[in-house]
Amino acid sequence: MVNQSRRDFLKTAALAGTAVTGLSSKTKAAPKNILSEDRMGVLVDTTVCIGCRKCEWACKTAHNLETPSIEVYDDRSVFQTMRRPNSKSLTVVNEYKNSVEEKFPINVKVQCMHCDHPACVSACIVGAFSKEENGSVIWDTDKCIGCRYCMVACPFQVPAFEFESALKPDIKKCDFCFERTKEGKLPACTEICPVEAVTYGQREDLVKAAHQKIKNYPDRYINRVFGEYEVGGTSWIYLASKEFEKLDFPKLGKDPAPGVSEAIQHGIFAYFVPPVALYALLGGVMWINKNKKKSENEEI
Amino acid sequence: MEDLKPTPMKKKYFTPVVIGLAVLVLNGLMFLLARFIFGIGAVTNLDNQHPWGIWIGLDVAAGVALAAGGFTTAALGHIMHKDQYHAIIRPALLTAALGYTFVAVSVMIDLGRYYYIWHPLIMWNGSSVLFEVGICVMIYLAVLYIEFLPIVCERFIGRVKLPGFLKSLNNPLDKVLRILDKGLDKTMFIFIIAGVVLSCLHQSSLGTLMVIAGPKMHPLWQTPILPLLFLLSAVSVGLPMVIMESIITSKSFSLKPEIHILSNLGSMVAPLLGIYLAFKIGDMVIRQTFVYLTTFNTASVMFTIELLFGVIIPLRMFMSRQVNKSPLGLLIASFLVIAGVFLNRLNNFLVAYTPPYEVHSYFPSIGEISVTVGFIAFEILLFRIAVMIFPIVSVPNTSAQRTKYSIRGGAQ
Repeated sequence: MVNQSRRDFLKTAALAGTAVTGLSSKTKAAPKNILSEDRMGVLVDTTVCIGCRKCEWACKTAHNLETPSIEVYDDRSVFQTMRRPNSKSLTVVNEYKNSVEEKFPINVKVQCMHCDHPACVSACIVGAFSKEENGSVIWDTDKCIGCRYCMVACPFQVPAFEFESALKPDIKKCDFCFERTKEGKLPACTEICPVEAVTYGQREDLVKAAHQKIKNYPDRYINRVFGEYEVGGTSWIYLASKEFEKLDFPKLGKDPAPGVSEAIQHGIFAYFVPPVALYALLGGVMWINKNKKKSENEEI
Repeated sequence: MEDLKPTPMKKKYFTPVVIGLAVLVLNGLMFLLARFIFGIGAVTNLDNQHPWGIWIGLDVAAGVALAAGGFTTAALGHIMHKDQYHAIIRPALLTAALGYTFVAVSVMIDLGRYYYIWHPLIMWNGSSVLFEVGICVMIYLAVLYIEFLPIVCERFIGRVKLPGFLKSLNNPLDKVLRILDKGLDKTMFIFIIAGVVLSCLHQSSLGTLMVIAGPKMHPLWQTPILPLLFLLSAVSVGLPMVIMESIITSKSFSLKPEIHILSNLGSMVAPLLGIYLAFKIGDMVIRQTFVYLTTFNTASVMFTIELLFGVIIPLRMFMSRQVNKSPLGLLIASFLVIAGVFLNRLNNFLVAYTPPYEVHSYFPSIGEISVTVGFIAFEILLFRIAVMIFPIVSVPNTSAQRTKYSIRGGAQ
């Protein structure tokens, strides 16, 4: 820190500066985050769902998760508590009272919403999540380090972690049957549904269809398609006969979940200008103070 | 001004306090072992509702903030070139180096796949705040070790004495140290400035971390200026941390605290805290979140404690001349600021976090607390070892040479 000429200082400072700006050209690497116009989606009509939970069985079978035989799913006593997807079941169906017609309770299927602007994709430290062209948000086991920031970020509280696993815990969530749809098959839950409460199709068409249904049966539905605009839109959209918030849907705005955080992040790192500018400023201050000290010493 | 020179402390290592701390370390290590054998779920109270606990909220978030003494003193001593503060730079540097080491270790034990901790180095996600924090902390940790190297050189140049068959390495090692020392002397300013820049970046980004949680975070804390608040609070906790550490070290090694340096440092805390308070209150007024303070619940109580005891009272104390002149006053005021920032990080990461489908709230398990306490105890023990091996704590030059064991009442 001591014996050092002005030229030395400038030379090394310039070198350090180039090193930092050199880094910036590489940070373009980002996880796949495609918002294709033809992306697929699912329309869930909660007024049609009968709560048979066949989708839960189909989902577990399709994802090689442990499951009892399909008959066990006829047991409706599980509806007494609200359940959430976890590492052992990627989708669950809950039941709510229907205040208009007691004998037809409302059943709501819950799984990953496959956001158009997913918070998990934005948040993941290693880019293990990606939004694929077909609309699905999927997770890459080869990248994940198990930090669980995706769980902090997700506005729907969907990603689940295998807390019980000591060696290689996974993040588990609905993957929109990425492997099945690649082969031209339907997502397991939409294939098995006996009443077509879940319809697979292009999201654009599904949104239109949902609004058509509301228009045709204004008494049956409330005038809102959940997921059309929430957090910037989701691939899975819902119709319901009563307020979504009363069916345990989260209260969310229309702005994409990662919006504010990304704006701050990209503001601080705009082409690395602010950090480099701060570096230069501090270097300047240091240099001035050093010279001031020197001249003071010479006067004495 | 008396001449101060960093000198290795000479005293018995084991005291009753040290043994007590060692027991805490062992206790923590036992639970840590259980975490690696049986998984995170077995030792912690974490679940799908609460993905992060005190290992992130305290060990990492508060740990980073409380290690801010490193970059604030570097900025003061090296960049502003205030030479009178050189005596406090080394202890602060050591605290920062130890603190950040434990931050890295804490992150690692919290990772489900800890053996993939290097993934962010090659798998980049520019939009991820956590990625930026991670990379900044990694580089800064390296910078801190580099900044510490000259102290190692100073201690061991001409004094490398390896035992037994390693003897043949003595000469080459000495040469390496000499080359390092010479090279670092010319280039150290690069690392010092880089350290300050990196600190500003990740201290603020640590605040951005929770912004993406959006409505899952209580509005008293959730604000787009979180990064600014985190940076300001980190800057204002840096000097109190140095003050507290300095007073405790002096006490522990029976030295006289360098009260004039500490008073000067203390007088700088009030304006820094004042700026932080202004932004905190301003944010509350603009977003009209003060309405949440009218209801009596955990959030409002914790927020009030944090602001009143962690900011307002110590701010008033640091504004008083008497407090600034007495070691006890400085110690108490500094402790309040430190506790306030500690609580603030705890609040931001854990208390404010209310997931939409919360069945029960989170409280750390005995295992989590044991590991956290064990790490803090371990840090203190390592600090004590380090100041006894390396020239870190400054003592008056003459007395240091004259008396070998006790400097009590040495230079009045």
